[in-house]
Amino acid sequence: MEHIRTPKVENVRLVDRVSPKKAALGTLYLTATHVIFVENSPDSRKETWILHSQISTIEKQATTATGCPLLIRCKNFQIIQLIIPQERDCHDVYISLIRLARPVKYEELYCFSFNPMLDKEEREQGWVLIDLSEEYKRMGLPNHYWQLSDVNRDYRVCDSYPTELYVPKSATAHIIVGSSKFRSRRRFPVLSYYYKDNHASICRSSQPLSGFSARCLEDEQMLQAIRKANPGSDFVYVVDTRPKLNAMANRAAGKGYENEDNYSNIKFQFIGIENIHVMRNSLQKMLEVCELKSPSMSDFLWGLENSGWLRHIKAIMDAGIFIAKAVSEEGASVLVHCSDGWDRTAQVCSVASLLLDPHYRTLKGFMVLIEKDWISFGHKFNHRYGNLDGDPKEISPVIDQFIECVWQLMEQFPCAFEFNERFLIHIQHHIYSCQFGNFLCNSQKERHELKIQERTYSLWAHLWKNRADYLNPLFRADHSQTQGTLHLPTIPCNFMYKFWSGMYNRFEKGMQPRQSVTDYLMAVKEETQQLEEELEALEERLEKIQKVQLNCTKVKSKQSEPSKHSGFSTSDNSIANTPQDYSGNMKSFPSRSPSQGDEDSALILTQDNLKSSDPDLSANSDQESGVEDLSCRSPSGGEHAPSEDSGKDRDSDEAVFLTA
Amino acid sequence: MEFAELIKTPRVDNVVLHRPFYPAVEGTLCLTGHHLILSSRQDNTEELWLLHSNIDAIDKRFVGSLGTIIIKCKDFRIIQLDIPGMEECLNIASSIEALSTLDSITLMYPFFYRPMFEVIEDGWHSFLPEQEFELFSSATSEWRLSYVNKEFAVCPSYPPIVTVPKSIDDETLRKVATFRHGGRFPILSYYHKKNGMVIMRSGQPLTGTNGRRCKEDEKLINATLRAGKRGYIIDTRSLNVAQQARAKGGGFEQEAHYPQWRRIHKSIERYHILQESLIKLVEACNDQTHNMDRWLSKLEASNWLTHIKEILTTACLAAQCIDREGASILIHGTEGTDSTLQVTSLAQIILEPRSRTIRGFEALIEREWLQAGHPFQQRCAQSAYCNTKQKWEAPVFLLFLDCVWQILRQFPCSFEFNENFLIMLFEHAYASQFGTFLGNNESERCKLKLQQKTMSLWSWVNQPSELSKFTNPLFEANNLVIWPSVAPQSLPLWEGIFLRWNRSSKYLDEAYEEMVNIIEYNKELQAKVNILRRQLAELETEDGMQESP
Repeated sequence: MEHIRTPKVENVRLVDRVSPKKAALGTLYLTATHVIFVENSPDSRKETWILHSQISTIEKQATTATGCPLLIRCKNFQIIQLIIPQERDCHDVYISLIRLARPVKYEELYCFSFNPMLDKEEREQGWVLIDLSEEYKRMGLPNHYWQLSDVNRDYRVCDSYPTELYVPKSATAHIIVGSSKFRSRRRFPVLSYYYKDNHASICRSSQPLSGFSARCLEDEQMLQAIRKANPGSDFVYVVDTRPKLNAMANRAAGKGYENEDNYSNIKFQFIGIENIHVMRNSLQKMLEVCELKSPSMSDFLWGLENSGWLRHIKAIMDAGIFIAKAVSEEGASVLVHCSDGWDRTAQVCSVASLLLDPHYRTLKGFMVLIEKDWISFGHKFNHRYGNLDGDPKEISPVIDQFIECVWQLMEQFPCAFEFNERFLIHIQHHIYSCQFGNFLCNSQKERHELKIQERTYSLWAHLWKNRADYLNPLFRADHSQTQGTLHLPTIPCNFMYKFWSGMYNRFEKGMQPRQSVTDYLMAVKEETQQLEEELEALEERLEKIQKVQLNCTKVKSKQSEPSKHSGFSTSDNSIANTPQDYSGNMKSFPSRSPSQGDEDSALILTQDNLKSSDPDLSANSDQESGVEDLSCRSPSGGEHAPSEDSGKDRDSDEAVFLTA
Repeated sequence: MEFAELIKTPRVDNVVLHRPFYPAVEGTLCLTGHHLILSSRQDNTEELWLLHSNIDAIDKRFVGSLGTIIIKCKDFRIIQLDIPGMEECLNIASSIEALSTLDSITLMYPFFYRPMFEVIEDGWHSFLPEQEFELFSSATSEWRLSYVNKEFAVCPSYPPIVTVPKSIDDETLRKVATFRHGGRFPILSYYHKKNGMVIMRSGQPLTGTNGRRCKEDEKLINATLRAGKRGYIIDTRSLNVAQQARAKGGGFEQEAHYPQWRRIHKSIERYHILQESLIKLVEACNDQTHNMDRWLSKLEASNWLTHIKEILTTACLAAQCIDREGASILIHGTEGTDSTLQVTSLAQIILEPRSRTIRGFEALIEREWLQAGHPFQQRCAQSAYCNTKQKWEAPVFLLFLDCVWQILRQFPCSFEFNENFLIMLFEHAYASQFGTFLGNNESERCKLKLQQKTMSLWSWVNQPSELSKFTNPLFEANNLVIWPSVAPQSLPLWEGIFLRWNRSSKYLDEAYEEMVNIIEYNKELQAKVNILRRQLAELETEDGMQESP
């Protein structure tokens, strides 16, 4: 609180990004956790909430006649431009936000004050929803070849690894410890994924400290042990995910890569994924393109190309595809590393696992995958996503790239994933929001010391509770696309990778498709479920009545045979005779006809659920989007949707047409 | 029969067919007057049945005596035939070349095609101008049908019947026609029922360098304005291009002579610029060797999406003038047969819910493209693989379909038709068994007696069995104006057409099928529930009647 110089500024204008002439007048509030802008307009009182932890940069621009502009860029790609009438107020807000956006202690983060009104028990249950020991069991471990090792008990060998690790049975503690001494930050080779079908595995580590000629017997034995744990193959792939040049440069610093001559039966392979600094700059360049005001098509495509972003996405995908193929088609185990084995290695292992195992393409499986390959193996969330004030050179969109890889796959395999795009977007949001404890710190050890599980809530439980919002309507567990490995074309299809406007321009609602097929189909499915229930109830009632009738009309004519069939035929006649009945029936029931109101109310309900479940997301998102979704399902329902003629987007487009 | 001379070798055995995403097939190749057919010997099924008129270009290669013919189709597909024997291969190649470039329209397949289906509704009479006029004439008395062009004498590229302001007589129209390019005097394109505003289209005014004026022209277009109202003239050329046109006798409306009109210049490209854009784009899509960056730069260099953005932006501007500004507009470029029609038809897609239905869209194509005199024969003579630089080819219609797809992508529930419908129209515009897209205008079609001698595409499409393939399962009537985004982020490449032969669509097709299943199942349940409800209600009242007496 001491950092808030001014808690409230009036007559602030929130500039519309698309048509800058249109600005909403309102009041700006600074709280301990949020920046809140409340519009003055009495009928909407629209609120825009921004978490301090989402703030990426704050820029004070030159004062104009209208006031002092403040530009806030967020880590979830929202951009807010405010015009504050008084220079002094603007400065106060600026100084306050600079401090609030860069907390120095974990305790300052939102998750320590966020209270979703759950009791202790519920919170604890939330933390055990995703259980990695269960996951290893699901993979079929421990087994004849792999065992749980307690060598890292109390983080004695490697402080960025978890305590529970699977290693080959033949790898003794001596070998492990020896190998760890020969690996950067002692991140020795451990199991990431075990492919039950053919015993091949994906293992991960950091780079070896080989320099120009050093070797380590235990490390060589360790790789030998990994090979032996896969009786079906006589070699192991070692995949270095760095560009060869980078790996070679590392040798001068006493690090480097495996020498094929020293290790028996390995096949060494470079797959050039660039480092975190290149990726940070690449994203920066792409976001600059997204930020352009009415860019031409050439501006956009050139900018996108120059950013190199999609090329990097492709490199990560290519690495994942290579590993998935090695495992599933060649039956060979793969050891993956980069430098420290916590960025590119995490990306590549998780992409490969996602391709190989349909479980990771389910809602819960995807949470498990992130928990395993990212959280437990010490991906440095705090450094990469700048949760606490730190070295800006450590920041890089590593997991963002993984999330985009998943989206690119969803575009190609629309039935293969149980979750939808919204799920990915919300996870991305919460990686930066610090609203939940899952992504805090840089390692399990740090989280343990901070007692995260006792003091914060788990995102996974929150997402699971609201899973209805995150389902892909096209997913069916028995669909052919959901089975087994995802096979991508072998020929280089560069056009496969597309710009993800749903992520990077997601706050520019006008740019997104105005009607969501996913939401439409989800509403249909929801209605289908209700229909199934009603059908069952109706059949039951009908049967009852018919039984009663049968008893009391046995004396009467044969007209009312108890068989269901005759029942159908009489009702068929009644359809033909009384068409009015049809609409009468419809009214009591949600129908998809746009003239019926009931349907919409069902949708409004789901919208409300969404909002209450995720206060920040909904607050950040355009409130009109609810209306938008509604109008999708029943577009002509003008009486519900104040969005007549989708007029709200009109001005934005107008600006575009006229300036173009 | 003339074709026999062109077919030197009607049949070759042991030909191997290579197609993307299919295993190679060996079989017998047959050439007929209009088709290239390959049937495998195993089960004697046709593996390939290709219209000669769909062939855009062919390449031949020889390795020893094994010849290879690479056939590049107008729908962008590339197939390869391995033909044993040099002579056979050369014969086949020259026959294909001759048959795919027949000079006379009357030798084209539509004149020989006999439908294998029962014609329920003759498509030639599905969209008559009188019927189209009926649709809005109840709302206004300001417009009339004119038969001034009955003999195609006033304007050779206009249909016999056009809609003009009621207050303008045919004599005036004749005069105005002499002042407009190609005799294309301003006529009604669209009437916006909501506020009575209209879209008119015409050819450029022939002002020339000395600023010629035509009082009748001014009177005609002013007759469409309400008292005290202003209108917009959208010239689809940049000001520069329009000024240059004066040297050739063309020009634009001078402010001094049209004080009630505000002129806006946009710049939509035409002719070879578009054709080159298409050639570059298809080349980029077919290139499998490039890395990610080169793909994007080639996509950019093709400028295809730039054209899409420009056309859509202009259409949105036109729609905005009508619906938001409450102003009527006149649209023209040079001839008024290309960019003009792209804009008038897309504006209607945006404004008019009917044009987003299947019948309405067909009517739109009939009105705004066929009757409006878009020279299909010239524009669609060659596609992306042509080498000969002829002046008249241009993918104007394909650009329009692409723009419609862009809007469909942004409003996936607002169209009664799906992507396949647009792809089908593209295919038939370039090569077809139907006569609909033959000729360059109504006058030519009349002379060719297409109505008597060929089948209309609509006769086939509008059969229920065909329609089901083109119906969008997500469709829910949307009576609103739909405003698409024209930001580059919102306008992706139309993969369904440009990457159609370069990627497997298996998973996307499965997704579509799943979507249909979800909706069909819902409808089925709804019907069941309704029946049961009614049945129950009936039984309960029966019960009541039994108990009450």
